[in-house]
Amino acid sequence: MGNRPPIVVIRNLCKSYFRGNQVIQVLNDISLDIDDGEFLALMGPSGSGKTTLLNLIAGIDKVDSGIIQVGGVDITSLSETELAQWRAMNVGFIFQFYNLIPVLTAFENVELPLLLTGLSKKERRTHVETALSVVNLSDRMDHYPGQLSGGQQQRVAIARAIVTDPTILVADEPTGDLDRVSANDVLELMERLVHELGKTIIMVTHDPRAAKMAHVIKHLDKGVLNAHPQTDF
Amino acid sequence: MKIPIAYNLRNLWTRRITTVLTASGMALVVFVFAAVLMLAEGLRKTLIETGSNDNVVVIRKASESEVQSGVERLQASIVETQPEIATGKDGKKLVAKELVVLITLPKRGTDKPSNVVIRGIGESSMALRSQVKLVEGRMPRTGTAEIIAGMSIAKRFQGGGIGETLRFGMRDWMVVGIFDAGNTGFSSEIWGDVDQLMQAFRRPAYSSVIFKLLDSSEFQKVKERLEKDPRLTVDAMRETRYYEKQSEIMARFLRILGLSLTIIFSLGAIIGAMITMYSAVANRVFEIGTMRALGFQQKSILTAFLLESLLLSLIGGIAGLFFASFLQLYTVSTLNFQTFSELAFTFSLTFEIIYQALIFSLIMGFIGGFLPAVRASRMNIVDALRAS
Amino acid sequence: MHILKLIFKNAFRHKLRTFLTILGVAIAILAFGLLRTVISTWYLGVEASSASRLVTRNAISLVFPLPLSYKEKIRQVEGVKEVSYGSWFGGIYIDEKHFFANYAVEPETYLKIYPEIIIPPDQKSVFFRDRKSAVAGRKLAERYGWKIGDIITLKGTIYSGNWDFVLRGIYRGRDENVDETAFVFHWEYLNESLKKTSPLRADQVGWYMIEVTNPNIAAEAAVKIDRMFKNSLAETLTETEKAFTLGFISMTEAIVIAIQLVSFLIIFIIMAVVANTMSMTARERIGEYAIFKTLGFGGFHITGLIFGESLVITMVGAALGIFLTFPAAKIFGKELSTYFPVFIVEPETIYMDIGAALVVACVAALFPAWRAVNIRIADGLRRIG
Repeated sequence: MGNRPPIVVIRNLCKSYFRGNQVIQVLNDISLDIDDGEFLALMGPSGSGKTTLLNLIAGIDKVDSGIIQVGGVDITSLSETELAQWRAMNVGFIFQFYNLIPVLTAFENVELPLLLTGLSKKERRTHVETALSVVNLSDRMDHYPGQLSGGQQQRVAIARAIVTDPTILVADEPTGDLDRVSANDVLELMERLVHELGKTIIMVTHDPRAAKMAHVIKHLDKGVLNAHPQTDF
Repeated sequence: MKIPIAYNLRNLWTRRITTVLTASGMALVVFVFAAVLMLAEGLRKTLIETGSNDNVVVIRKASESEVQSGVERLQASIVETQPEIATGKDGKKLVAKELVVLITLPKRGTDKPSNVVIRGIGESSMALRSQVKLVEGRMPRTGTAEIIAGMSIAKRFQGGGIGETLRFGMRDWMVVGIFDAGNTGFSSEIWGDVDQLMQAFRRPAYSSVIFKLLDSSEFQKVKERLEKDPRLTVDAMRETRYYEKQSEIMARFLRILGLSLTIIFSLGAIIGAMITMYSAVANRVFEIGTMRALGFQQKSILTAFLLESLLLSLIGGIAGLFFASFLQLYTVSTLNFQTFSELAFTFSLTFEIIYQALIFSLIMGFIGGFLPAVRASRMNIVDALRAS
Repeated sequence: MHILKLIFKNAFRHKLRTFLTILGVAIAILAFGLLRTVISTWYLGVEASSASRLVTRNAISLVFPLPLSYKEKIRQVEGVKEVSYGSWFGGIYIDEKHFFANYAVEPETYLKIYPEIIIPPDQKSVFFRDRKSAVAGRKLAERYGWKIGDIITLKGTIYSGNWDFVLRGIYRGRDENVDETAFVFHWEYLNESLKKTSPLRADQVGWYMIEVTNPNIAAEAAVKIDRMFKNSLAETLTETEKAFTLGFISMTEAIVIAIQLVSFLIIFIIMAVVANTMSMTARERIGEYAIFKTLGFGGFHITGLIFGESLVITMVGAALGIFLTFPAAKIFGKELSTYFPVFIVEPETIYMDIGAALVVACVAALFPAWRAVNIRIADGLRRIG
């Protein structure tokens, strides 16, 4: 495993925002490698830039300078359209607030990313059913998000993230809005995805229990990656 | 406790696009509403200014208009001798035996023919109409083929300008003067010597006899005497009433059109306001909950949202009136279905119309905002606070 | 699942708002359709006129008559097939508010030149024989509940006195656009009375109606007729029926233009209403559009979603409006038959309805779509929750 090249390579990444006419340096010269099959937790106080880093890796935000390679592709050089296509193939998203479309059923929500592929209706059905069975929700596929609990909704969101079999999964505070029991279910599910299915997960979290599940923990503070991970939570 | 108006103003400002869209929808409605009222008012004004309440028009019984009427010379001279007729400054009786015919003349530029009224006038015709003034040239001399043209004719018809000639009745007629009759129907007329015109058109009878009453209250007496005289077959009416009757069909048409448009348009605008206000409420559930928790009464919330809707409609109303006021620059000229002659009138904006249009827009705002405001005020505090 | 299904679900997500918007669109399209119908009705007379018919009148204006003696001279002009004549009577039934067209004609030639006026043969022969008789259009007879044999009294305005007519026939139009509200009687009846009361006005007609053998020679025949009477006491002006009708309409142009303007204003108003709905909808869903984007959907898809939703709402409203136009036009036509003898919704009006709705849908979706496409995903996501 260790011999394979890292799946995510980040070099000298910089990113700043304007707030009014004030420039805020969010990420300052970040370099990072993430191996294939790794479960990485990004930690740090609010405003440390962890969500920004995650968004950049997932290709939904643009860098100021530096390089991000995912699966050998330099995503900083892709156009908006190419980036959208790339995301559809390579990234699965898991959000804090699940971000399901309320007017669609669990099945339809999971099916959504597949509409961008050339799969037939029947193939899509098989994929969606598989993904929902992985997250243990095969019996809830015709329910609308409003009819599901928070934990169930997050599991639907995870099914949606894995249905296209993406290169990486990115998760932004996946347990942030869940009670303890549901949070454990979700974390165990993610752990299973890494162990049994060999997925790569990059997760931003505040939750030390969530971080414990991860193989690697990186701390981000004031836009700089901390070389000496602290475990003083 | 009242919620300050600044809160509403800021909310409208924050949701600028929606505010502008809703207000402009309302502005258009108020524009149409005002335009219709202005048109009706303009028509009314023209008619009132055209006729004078002291003048009496005598035409043949049941003939409805001067163009269709015929009053024979003998009958006309009986009318002329009525004792109630006023006397002018020069000592002459203020009475005129006139001829009115329609002719077709081509317009300047387009060559399109349009109907024009030619009026054969007597010595007192000018004195009978104080609103008509000669502004250029001179009056036609009796016994010649000379005519004077109304401003609107001079401007818009070929050969209508001073020094030009018009051809009709197999003769050429020289325009020797231009008269200004303001907004009245006379502006679209051509005047010439009545005897010359009767000859040219081979008309044996006058069309009407017009006279001014010495005492306005004696109208009923004269009317009865004239209409009962066995030697006469005439109708007598006040000049104001006569011109009003001339455009009754047109006025009714404008009324029906205006009313149906206003109803349809205001329905649309009320729906627009309702959509906007419902969404304003939906977007501010949390705010409403907070305010209620802070101790504002249901009544205050209701008032605040109603006020916001009223403000919105007032903005629309003012904008609509602003644009409608420019309509005063336009003159509408159209065929009067009843007389087949041209009827020209302007849009006229009065304080009453401004007031009515603003009230109208506020009513739209009230109806559109009422249900959403009720929803806002009835909201459960706990539920509202939970929504984020 | 299809994107289409999502569009429909989105459109009806905010039930009250969508319902109100659809209602607004339906009312606007209904009003637009009715106003366009008023305009097309205005020009209906032009459409109904034949290219092979000419109208000759006094060159001074329509209120001046022509001598009856012109009839034989006109008949001899090359290419003239049939000549008829008539006079505007302008009589009043009950009072001025009950207006309808009434005129005197020479019945046999008149009905030959106007084959679109259809009278049952038995009624026709009685009408031809009885000089004091008249025929009325179907709609007019319906309006006043007239039956064959009724005596109808008109008060003369141009020709004084009360005139009694016996209704001997009710005509209907061959085509939909024929005016069925006119009242026609014998010119001879009018002329004989005039001979007794005011002989100076007898033997004169208001206008001649001429049928030519071939529409191509209509213009030529018109010139020939006018030349024949040049420099006489009553010079003539001959035009095709179409030009004659258009001349009348052009004098009322201001009203037509005003109605046209108002009909476009309606579309602007509804554009504002739909644009408002769409911009509110898009603002609320900006987060969802961001999710679509993160999932890899491009600007094209999002634009499609918003345009689709706008189209669904407007088209449902437009369909409802068009559906309501027909019964509304029927009521409208009945109430206003004094002004509009014929009031029918033309297919062009429906096409214009659909066109207007399409324009409204697209314009309304334009700005929200532009905003949804251009918002940065990170900003869009932040708006959620």
